[in-house]
Amino acid sequence: MDEIFGIPAPLLFGQLLLGLINGAFYAMLSLGLAVIFGLLNIVNMTHGALFMMGAFAAWMLLNYLGLGYWWAMLIAPLAIGAFGMVLEKLFISRLYKLDHLYGLLLTFGLALVIEGVFRNYYGSSGLPYRIPSELQGAWDLGFMFMPVYRGWVVVAALFFCLATWLVIEKTRLGAYLRAATENAPLVQAFGVNVPRMVTLTYGGGVALAALAGVLAAPIYSVNPQMGTNLIIVVFAVVVIGGMGSILGSVITGFTLGLIEGLTKVFWPEASATVIFVIMAIVLLARPAGLFGRA
Amino acid sequence: MSPDTPVATPAGAGAVPAALDRPIPVPEADRGPFAFTRAQLGALAVLVAFLVVSPFWLYPVFLMKLLCFALFACAFNLLIGYVGLLSFGHAAYFGMGGYIAGHAAKVWGLTPELAVIAGAAVAGGLGAAFGWLAIRRSGIYFAMITLALAQMVYFFCVQAPFTGGEDGIQQIPRGRLLGAIGMQDDMAMYWFVAAIFLAGFLLIHRIVHSPFGQVIKAIRENEPRAISLGYRSDDYKLVAFILSATLAGVAGATKALVFGIATLTDVHWSMSGEVVLMTLVGGLGTVFGPVIGAAVVVTMQNYLAEMGAWVTVIQGAIFVACVLAFRRGIVGEIASLLRVRL
Repeated sequence: MDEIFGIPAPLLFGQLLLGLINGAFYAMLSLGLAVIFGLLNIVNMTHGALFMMGAFAAWMLLNYLGLGYWWAMLIAPLAIGAFGMVLEKLFISRLYKLDHLYGLLLTFGLALVIEGVFRNYYGSSGLPYRIPSELQGAWDLGFMFMPVYRGWVVVAALFFCLATWLVIEKTRLGAYLRAATENAPLVQAFGVNVPRMVTLTYGGGVALAALAGVLAAPIYSVNPQMGTNLIIVVFAVVVIGGMGSILGSVITGFTLGLIEGLTKVFWPEASATVIFVIMAIVLLARPAGLFGRA
Repeated sequence: MSPDTPVATPAGAGAVPAALDRPIPVPEADRGPFAFTRAQLGALAVLVAFLVVSPFWLYPVFLMKLLCFALFACAFNLLIGYVGLLSFGHAAYFGMGGYIAGHAAKVWGLTPELAVIAGAAVAGGLGAAFGWLAIRRSGIYFAMITLALAQMVYFFCVQAPFTGGEDGIQQIPRGRLLGAIGMQDDMAMYWFVAAIFLAGFLLIHRIVHSPFGQVIKAIRENEPRAISLGYRSDDYKLVAFILSATLAGVAGATKALVFGIATLTDVHWSMSGEVVLMTLVGGLGTVFGPVIGAAVVVTMQNYLAEMGAWVTVIQGAIFVACVLAFRRGIVGEIASLLRVRL
C-alpha cells in the first residue's frame, strides 16, 4: 500500500493530517463566530485578530515571563477573553440598536487597530514558538509518521468543540443562552441579566479563538497577519455550514479542512481557492447553508 | 440561532434596530438638470471648479490617484448607499479592472480608452457572476460572501500567469488617446482621468434618480413590500451590483494606466476595507460623500506614509470613531447642519 491513486501514501496522509489541523482551527473559530452571532447578531470581524493575540500571548508568556505552553493554554484564553469583554463593553454594546452592518464595520476597525499595533512592535516576519517537550517527537503509525503535536492539536480541538457543545446544549447556562438567542427581551423579563450574559458570551467566543491561537502558535509562525488570512476562509466555512447549529459548524470546519488537504495533493494550484468554490456551489444549491435554517 | 434576516432583536436592545442613517427625501419634481437639487448643483459647481483649477497648484499624479479612488468610492456607495448592500469585496473588481487594462495596454497594445473599457467589461462580468451568487443572501452574509469571493480572486491573481504574481504588471504604457493624443504628459493624462471621473460621477447620480434608482431605494427600505408590489428585487439588486462592479473596474483600470503598474495591493482585502472607510468617512448614501471621503483618506495616507503600520492603526481608529459617533460622515453632517441634501 505504497501508493493510493498514484499518490505516495505518506504524502497523501501527511496532507490529510495537515487538512485535519486546518479544519480544527476552522471548526474552533467558526464555532466562536456562531455563538457570538447567535446572541449578539454581529459578525465578529475581530475574531482573527483575537486568534492572533492568543498566539502572541503564548509567545509573550514564554519569552517575557518564562511561562510555558501549558500555562499559556490557561492564561491566554482568560486574558484575551477578558480583553474581548472590555471591547464588548466599551464599543460593541453601543451598537445593538443599530443596523448589524455597523457591528461588522466596528469590529473590522478594531481588527485593523489590533493588527496594526502588533505589526508595529513585532514586524510581519513571524516569531518562532517551540513545541513543548512533552509533545515533541512522532509516532510511527505503520503507514506514516504522525508528529505528536499535530495529533494533539486535532484531539484538543475536538475536545474543546465538544465541551462547548455540551455547555450550550446540556447546562442551565446554555439553556439561558439558547433562550436569549431566540428571544432576548423575554428572557430578560424572567430575571436573567441578559447584558451580562451577552458580555460573557462574547468573552467565551473570544477565549475559544485565543485557545485556537495558542494551539496554532507552534505550528504556524506567530505573526500579526496569521488571523486575518485565516478568518476570511472561516467566513466562507460559516457561509457553507450556516450559523444555525453548533455541531454543524464543527463538522463543516473539519470536513472543509480535509477537502482542502486532499486538493493540495491532487490539484495543488486550486488548494487556496477550493473552499471558496465550494461556498459558491453551496450558495447555488442550498443558500441557507448546509446546516442553516432558511 | 437566527438566520440572516434581522428578525431576532439583539440582546439588551428593546428597540427595533434602526436602519442606516439616511437623509431627508426631496421630491423628484424639485430637481434640476441631472436630477440635482439646488444645493447639489452648488456643490457640483465647486467640484467642477476644483477639477479645472487644482492641477495648476497641486501635483497632478496625486490628484489623479484621488480621482480614481473617488470614483471607486462612488461606485461602492451605489451599492451600500442606495441598495443597502455592504460588499466587502470591491477590491476584486477594482484590482481586476487594473490588471486587465494593464494587460490590454501593454501586451495587446490597446489605446488607453479601449484598455479602460476592457478592464471595466471584465470587472462587470466578474461582478455579474459574483453578484448572482451573493444576492442569494442578505445583510452580513452578503458581506461575508463578497469578501470570500474577493479573496478567491486574490489567490487567482497570485497564481495566474498574466498578472505577474508578486511583481504585478509593470511599465504599463499610457499610450495615445484614440491613437492620436500622447498621454505621457501628466496634464494630458489628468484631463483624461478627470473626464472619466466626472462622467462616472454623473452617471451614478443619474442611475440613482432614474426610475430604476427609485426601485432599488424602495428595495433598500422594504424589500418584502417591493416584491409584493411586483418588482423582481433580485434582478434589480443584480443590475445595481453589476453597475457598481463595472464602475469600480473603470476606476481600477484608470489607476493602472496613471501609475503604469497593476499589483496585488489593489485586489487585497485591505483595499476592500479602504473603500468602505472612504465612503463611511464621507457619508454613506450621500452624493458627494464618497468623493470627500476618498480625498480625506488618500491625503491622510500621503502624509502619514512614513509612519508604516501606524497608518493601519489610525485607519482602524477612524473606522471605530465613525461607527460610534459619526455615522453620517462628513458630508452627511454638513448636509444635516444646512438642512439640505448633498
